Order: sequence, then structure tokens, then C-alpha cells
Amino acid sequence: MTQTDCTTCPAHHAGNLRRLGVDMSNFDYVVALAGNPNVGKSTIFNALTGLRQHTGNWPGKTVTRAEGAFAYGGKRYKLVDLPGTYSLLSTSRDEEVARDFILFGRPDVTIIVADATRLERNLNLALQVLEITDRAVLALNLLDEAARHGLQVNDRRLARDLGIPVVPMAARQGEGVDALLQAVHEVATGQVVCKPYRLKSGSTAVQRAVELLTRQIQALFPDLPNARWVALRLLDGDQRIAQAVRNGELRELAQNGRTAPTPSIPLEIMA
Amino acid sequence: MSTYIPEEVDIKQNSNGTAVTETTLLQTAEALRWQIGRNFHDQLMEDIYTNAARIADRAITRAGEQPRFDLDSTIDRIVTSRRWGFPLMALLFAVVFWITIVGSNYPSQALAWLLVDTLHPLLRSGADLIGLPWWLSGLLVDGMYLATAWVVSVMLPPMAIFFPLFTLLEDFGYLPRVAFNLDNLFRKSGAHGKQALSMMMGFGCNAAGVVATRVIDSPRERLIAIVTNNFALCNGRWPTQILIATLFIGSLVPAYLAGLVSALAVVGVAMLGVLLSFVVSWGLSRTILKGEVSTFSLELPPYRPPRIWQTIYTSLIDRTLIVLWRAVTFALPAGAVIWLTANITLGDRSLAAHLINLLDPFAWLLGLNGVILLAYVVAIPANEIVIPTILMLTVLVTGATDVGSGAGVMFELEGAAVKDLFLAGGWTLLTAVNLMLFSLIHNPCSTTIYTIYKETGSKKWTLIAALLPVVMGFMVTFLVAQVWRLVSGNW
Repeated sequence: MTQTDCTTCPAHHAGNLRRLGVDMSNFDYVVALAGNPNVGKSTIFNALTGLRQHTGNWPGKTVTRAEGAFAYGGKRYKLVDLPGTYSLLSTSRDEEVARDFILFGRPDVTIIVADATRLERNLNLALQVLEITDRAVLALNLLDEAARHGLQVNDRRLARDLGIPVVPMAARQGEGVDALLQAVHEVATGQVVCKPYRLKSGSTAVQRAVELLTRQIQALFPDLPNARWVALRLLDGDQRIAQAVRNGELRELAQNGRTAPTPSIPLEIMA
Repeated sequence: MSTYIPEEVDIKQNSNGTAVTETTLLQTAEALRWQIGRNFHDQLMEDIYTNAARIADRAITRAGEQPRFDLDSTIDRIVTSRRWGFPLMALLFAVVFWITIVGSNYPSQALAWLLVDTLHPLLRSGADLIGLPWWLSGLLVDGMYLATAWVVSVMLPPMAIFFPLFTLLEDFGYLPRVAFNLDNLFRKSGAHGKQALSMMMGFGCNAAGVVATRVIDSPRERLIAIVTNNFALCNGRWPTQILIATLFIGSLVPAYLAGLVSALAVVGVAMLGVLLSFVVSWGLSRTILKGEVSTFSLELPPYRPPRIWQTIYTSLIDRTLIVLWRAVTFALPAGAVIWLTANITLGDRSLAAHLINLLDPFAWLLGLNGVILLAYVVAIPANEIVIPTILMLTVLVTGATDVGSGAGVMFELEGAAVKDLFLAGGWTLLTAVNLMLFSLIHNPCSTTIYTIYKETGSKKWTLIAALLPVVMGFMVTFLVAQVWRLVSGNW
């Protein structure tokens, strides 16, 4: 594709999106889609890639990773649709798939899809994602439903508080897709640098323990971007992370940026 | 939470950076865990919740009063009520199947007329014209083409109606309510409430249902869900149920009731499957998979007006065509195999006839016949080809050359002709009922078995999941056959 001024201009928006389906060759950036169950991740995935991942109005529909691709602003993106989860702390298989990908797959941008009608519960997950990665965009979805319930969400205030771009959306109606692409593009290319909100603990003993362990982890793995989160997990007795420390996975992650992602279940049997 | 952390100990390690190793790091973490107390996890959760609540609160404004009438919770009160929940569920599914059965009757006949009655003779004469040897045209046209044509005309119409209807219910948000209604029963069976969701997926495809059990955290409950998923009637088996119910059950009542009664028979079999899920879950959780039932929260999402055209489009293109394609890819080689077994002779009879004779005595005990059992062996890769196989083999056994066009050949799909053929093959109402039961209760297809192996990583559990249903199927059909014969006095 030849690049003209028009196709690279941000004002060009939707015309700028090329849905690439499953053609994931030569991608420049990896983008992950995370969020609570049933908030519209697969709908956004389909809107961006042109694929038709099965969508349905029930939580727990996507339990494996689906992958697709799109091009925007002259860059090629690989998009990974993660299973919907309420947290990244406990140990069910779907939460592990989501957590491992954000940690070990180290996406260039993580889109956190949030249900505007249940913002508080959705932010629980958003805050946990922001502990792992700096580079995130919040897709504030289902604003049409929120309006129906008489709720108004101040997305600018939210963006300021969370320290990441917030994009108002109604993905089922296709609203906000352009703005989301723009925000993802800006974070991926480094035009926008996120300063994500970090959890503040109510207990000083916890704060000190976290700080101490974080410093030790930083000493051991100087290039690890999420030392604080690893500290939190170790203090919570997370065996999977302890194992990653022990078997060198974390060291590899710190040095190479990306470890080999776990294989996903082929989609054809999902028919 | 006011435990003092002795800083000098830890700083010693921290100050001379090199002293920190993977082992000491984990030791420090372990020591700190003891110091900050065991309620760290709760503290962490609490921190996340309070932080999230504060941020959400600052961003949200509620415009005026909440509307007094909340449609969502009104619907929920009805569809999840103790009194109306289950009857409404049965009614909704009965309506879905009734529309499917009545709606697919005519298109099925039209497709059969086109693919079997019209195209097949054309292909035959075409093959003769270009001078193909009899065995090649037999294998290609009478075996592979006809098996495929049959699968398409039997499966396409019901799927093209059933999938969009089911997807509309799903899009609307009804499925989580079904899970909510069933939760209590699953809990009493010692299984996880989310098993209702993997069961829903199983109604589409058991392999997908087995993968869907990943939403269940506890390995014990997940195994129960995997082993029992096969009792959710998958879309490879719906056409068998619908055809047999229409031919044998619907015909017991006057014509204007036939559609409704056939639909109820199919719903009855599906409900029996759900019941068996409970019974087997109960049995497993009290024997080899003992343990506590874990609690979970189930979110009832808001009802959303279904996007009708988009749903019809995607469920036609994605689900219907994908499933049909799978059926066709299995029908092609199966058609060849059936034609070959019907045309390779050993001594005085064909290979198929030998096999059928071998199976007949055992099948008789089950109220079935050797043809049906052989068809279930041929159809291990895909349940979709059971009916075509049974028909081809029945033609062979009855030698009804006037109905079809020779051994191992499939023929027209008009209801009456098919039923006449079954009757000529010695079928009774008992055969039909037991075929419906055995179609529900037998081994999973090979794709599902492979998926179970991949998900559990255990040969033992794969074997249990594969053998348990087929043994149960033998037992159930055996009992039904004996009681039936005792009551009717017809041996």
C-alpha cells in the first residue's frame, strides 16, 4: 500500500482502518483485549479485525484466546482477544490465560474494555491490569445502556484519574471505534505516554513490605517493568509467579521483553 | 496489621545488590508474608475495591431519579421465579423446536428432490456417458456424492432455522437465566453451577462445551462437567431426533398435532439428557470425585434487544455453514466406506451383511438392530452421518432395490418412503424410541474425545468420558426393550 498524506492523517479515521482477518504476518505491535466477562470484547475484536468471533450475551463465552489483525495509520497490529475475567488474582484457567498473556506476552497496548453501567466492578480489573502494564487504553463501552439507566460517565475525569486514555464507546452500534484506534495507535507509537494509577494500600505495614520486596526484585531483574506487581503476587503467595521466579521465566521476560506465548486452542473445534 | 518489619535484616540483602538471588528473594517474600499476616489477600482485595469505588464515584453522575419501572428486573422476576422459571424454559425450547420441525419439513423435501432425485440420476448417466467403470462411478456417485447429498438435505434446513433462533435467545440474554434456574439443581448434584453454561455450549457442539468448562475453577467440578457434557444433545444429533420423532412419534397422533407432538418428543429427549447430567454428576461427586461444592457469583447481564439481521447472518454463515462443512467432510469418506463394505463380498454375502449379522443378536437385546449399531460404529467421527448410514445399510439388508437404486445407495428423502423402508427393515415403535435414546446416550464423537484428552491431559478420564455414556446407553435401551416387550407381550 502506498502511503499518501491522506491515509496517514488522523482526520482520515475510519478509512484508515484495514481489517486483516487472520493475516498476522509482519505485525508491528501486539494489542490485547482484556475486561470483565460480557462487556463487548469480542464485539470490538470483530469490529477491528473483520473476523466473526462468536459473540453472545452471557459471561464466560470466550475461554480461549482468539487472534486477528488490523492495520491502522500505516502500522500493522496483531489483536488478541482474552477471556473475560473479574480479576487477575485467583487461579482458574481462564484467568490464568488472560494474566499470563498480559504478563509474559507483554502486549504493546492493552485495551481494557469496561462496562459503563458497572463501572466500579470493571475498574477492579482495570486497576489490576494497570499494575502489570503501563501501556493501556480504557474502552468505556456500553455507554448507550448507561444512558438508558440514567447514568452519565465523565470520561475525561476518568482518564485523568486512571492516567490512561479513555475512549467512550457503544461498540454494538459501531460508535467510538475510530477514537479507540487513534488512542491505541498513539500509545503504541509512544505519542502518548501513560502514567497509570497505582494501588494505594490502606495499611502501612503492607506498603513497607511491598516497597522492600519491590526493591529486591528490581535489584534481581533490573529490566522488569512490573516489579511492584510481582512483589504483590509473591506476598499473596501466588505459586505460579514464585515458579516463574524459580525457573527463570521472569528473568527471560525481563531480558527479552517477550516469552513464548502459550499455544491457543484452534478455533475450528469451537464451531 | 501493625507488625513491625525488622528492616536491618532485609536491607543487608538489598544494599549489596548481588546478594539477592532467586532463592533469597523467595525466602524474603515468604518471611514477609508471615510478618504482614495471613489476611494480606483480603487486604489486597479491599484496597482494590476501595480504590476502584473512589475512582468510579468521581466519574459517575446519576441523572435524576431512577425510572420507577425497571423492565429488566421485571422480566427477571418472571423468568427466574420458582413457579414460572421451569415451565417457561420448557415452553421456550418447545416453541423453538416446533418452529424448527415444522419449518424444515418442506425445504428438506425440496433439497432431497433437487440433490437426490434429480441430480443423482443426472450424475449417474453422466458417469456412464464418459465411460467410467462401474466400481468408480459406484464409489463416487452412489457412495460419496449420495452420502453428502443426504447429509445436506437432512441437516441444512433444521440447522438454518435452529441456530438463528438459539442465537437470538443467546443475544437477548436468556442463557444466563437458564443457568441461574439450574444452579440449585447442579449444586444439589455436587457439581458447579457454571456447568449449566458449558452444557449450553454442548447443545451446540460437545467439543466446544468441553472447552467451555474452563470457566470452572475447581478441577474436581471441571471433570464432572467434562464427563457429563456429552448428555447435552449436540447439533450432530438434533437431526436424528427430529427425523425419527417426526416419522414415528408424530404419526401416532392426528396430523394437526403431529408437529407439536414431535417437538415435545425432542424436547423430552433433550430434558432427559439434562436429567442424566444431574444424575451422573450426583453419582460422580459421591464416588470417585468427592468434594465440596465451590461457590461462585453468576452475573445476570442486562437484556439487550437482539440484532435480528446480524444474528441471522452470522449464525447462518458461521455456525450453520461451519457445522455443515464438517458434516460433509466426514460424509464423503464415510459414503465411500459404506459403498465399499456393501459391495465387497466375502463368500456369499457382502462385508456389511456379515457385520450386521454379527451385531444383530446383541442389538436385538437392546431393542435396536445390527444396522443401527454398525451405523454408530461408522459414525464415530461424526454423529451427523448416522441417519444416512442407517438408510444405506437398511436398503442393503432388505434388498429393497425398488426403493433405492441398488446396494449401498441412498435414495429420495420423502418421509413416507423413508418410513416404509424402516418398516421393511423390521423397525417398530420400540426401535425408533430406543434409537432416540441411544442417540442421546452413547460415546462422544472422536473430535470431542480428542478435545477431552487435550483438556484433561489424562488417558484415564478420557476413557471414562468415552465409555461411561455408551455403557449407560446399553443399559437404558436394554431395560426399555425388556419392559416394553413384557408390557406389550410382543417378543
